This record gives sequence, structure tokens and C-alpha cells, in this order.
Amino acid sequence: MKVMLVGEGKSLYYLSRDIISKGHHVTVVDNEPEECVQLSRELNATVVQGDGSYSATLEDAGAIEIDVLLAMTPHDQDNLVICQIAMLHFGINRSIAMVNDPENEEVFRKLGIPAFSTTGIISELIEQRLMFDGITNLSPLGGGKVNITEVQIREDYPVIGKALQDISLPENSLVGVVIRDHETIIPRGGTALCNGDRIILITLAETLGRALKAVTGEGR
Amino acid sequence: MTPAEYVIVVGCGRLGSRVANFLSRRGKSVVVLDKDESRFQALASDFSGFKIQGDAARISVLKQAKIEKADFIICTTHEDNVNLFVAQVAKKMFNVPLVLARVYDPQKEELYSKLGIRTVCPTDIAADRFLEMLVFSGVEPLENKE
Repeated sequence: MKVMLVGEGKSLYYLSRDIISKGHHVTVVDNEPEECVQLSRELNATVVQGDGSYSATLEDAGAIEIDVLLAMTPHDQDNLVICQIAMLHFGINRSIAMVNDPENEEVFRKLGIPAFSTTGIISELIEQRLMFDGITNLSPLGGGKVNITEVQIREDYPVIGKALQDISLPENSLVGVVIRDHETIIPRGGTALCNGDRIILITLAETLGRALKAVTGEGR
Repeated sequence: MTPAEYVIVVGCGRLGSRVANFLSRRGKSVVVLDKDESRFQALASDFSGFKIQGDAARISVLKQAKIEKADFIICTTHEDNVNLFVAQVAKKMFNVPLVLARVYDPQKEELYSKLGIRTVCPTDIAADRFLEMLVFSGVEPLENKE
């Protein structure tokens, strides 16, 4: 498959290297002359220096024969125009944009350009990772100053069996609710935590990390 | 009295500020957007519209300018791609009735007029005017111009 990558910087290099190693033919379009010299030394790829949002540049780079194009410059407006020229002028139907502003993912889709946002993907991964640990950030309140977080208590947590009054939570944090089986408890100092409990932790944004550590144990 | 028409001018350089001053004097309700706050100095002292500092290629900035209420939007930044981006967002996502964009590159102009974006290309206009003036000055009509 013939792949064209339009962009700049380190991610352009690493992605190109990756795609080349999978056996595809890669053409790189980068507007920075020095980067182009470096790329042509390090990659087994066709490297073209120029502004990829001009049809003349894409034509020089052989766009007419390309199967897949990825626009990954740091400017979303450039990525849009690159993909539109690629599709409409050169008939590259598989033209994909990497958007920088996650809000633009939807904009691009409405304009008919498949797009993904790396910020969106990373934030989803972090979310999933936290979910996996049984910790869910429910909602930031008060303009992001207050966090409400649900934590599932596991048997290896140091708070197991302890009454709330004996758990040293940092200042500005509080266990607001304990959910045990199907029962919801507004806890008092004497309420002890059991394996499988889900607690609702109310903290200030800056104390969330320390509060989570106190509940789940240091090493996390 | 019907409310004044609401206009967004993107870019406050020589062209944008001129258009904004003119429309403001004509009683339109004008909002000017520019990334660079110092550009607003180009606006006349009697300019009665609003100024918003921000990158028009971000939807949140366009929303702040109440793009959904605009009667028309004129994109005048010196970057073709910003103008084309904003123009398409205005037309396709916010259904702004009249969208105009300056595009320097004649090839882009051709492509985007096919997409229904109304563009003005200073390069084409200047070339046409120059050639016209040559003919008027008594220079032989150029061969490929009939």
C-alpha cells in the first residue's frame, strides 16, 4: 500500500518508521527543510519538502498514486484543507486527519473527513485505566475545584476493616457515601469499610491524589 | 425597527479592519476576531462593534462570537486554510446564510467554489485588473486574451 504522511516533528518520524516496517511504501511531506534532510537520512521513504495544503506540493509528491493519506500537522485548519484537496483533487478516498483540538473531531466528520484526536484517545485510555482500578471520576463540581470520585474497596487496600475515624484522609477530603451491596449508607466516624464496598469520595481537586493514596495504599 | 444585521469579521489586518469599519458605520452589528490583540488598533475610533481575541480555527472561539446568530461572516485572515476552515464550519455546521472567504491561492479558490464556499481571490483580481489596464493603455491585446 502507498501511504502519504503530511506533518512535522517527531511523531511524523516515528509513525513513518512504523508504517515502513510493516512493509508499506511511504511518502512524507514536511514543510521544514532541516527536518526533511534528517528524515531522508533516517527513513527509507520518499521525502518531499513543502506545504502539503497546496495541490502543487501534493502533486509533486505523487499524490495521484497514493492509497491512504494521513494529515497530522499541528494546525487543524491545514489538516482539513490537506484532506479535502487529497480527496477532491486527487481522489484519495482514504484521507484521514489527526485533529489537535478534540472538539474538531466532530467538525471534521460533519465536513466528511474521517478524523481522530490523539488527546481524545489518551484521555479515554486514562479513563479506562482508572475504571480498571475501580476508580471512577464521577464529576468535577464548582468549576473543577471539587471532585467526586467513586472508589471500589478491594481486599488489599489498607483501609479494609477500619472505621472511618481511624483512616487518616488528608484535609479537605471526606467519604460522603458508602454503598454496600444494595444498601446506601451515609457513614459516621464509626462506620467500617469492607471488601467490595464502593465509597463516594468528595475532595478538592488538589487533594484527590493524596486521598486516593490514603484509601488504596502508598505504592499505587 | 428590525434589529441590525449581525456580522462576524475574522481577521483584523488591513482588509478585515477596513471591512469591519465600513460595516460598523453602515449600522451593522459587527464582531471582529483576531489572534493578535494589537491588531484591533487598526479599527477606527468610531468603530462600535465588539472585538474578540482568539484563534478562529477553534470552535469554542467561534461559539463565543455567537456564530450561530450571524447573518454573514467574512474571513479575511492571511492564512487561506484558516479562512477555508472557518468558512466551512460557518456554512455546514452553523448554517450562516452568507459566507465569504479571501483565498490567495487560485487553485484553492477553484476547489472550494466547487464546495459552495464563495471566495475572493486577490491574486486573480489583481491580475485581471493589470491586464485590463495594459489594454486600456494602448498595449496590444495579449494573445491568449480574446
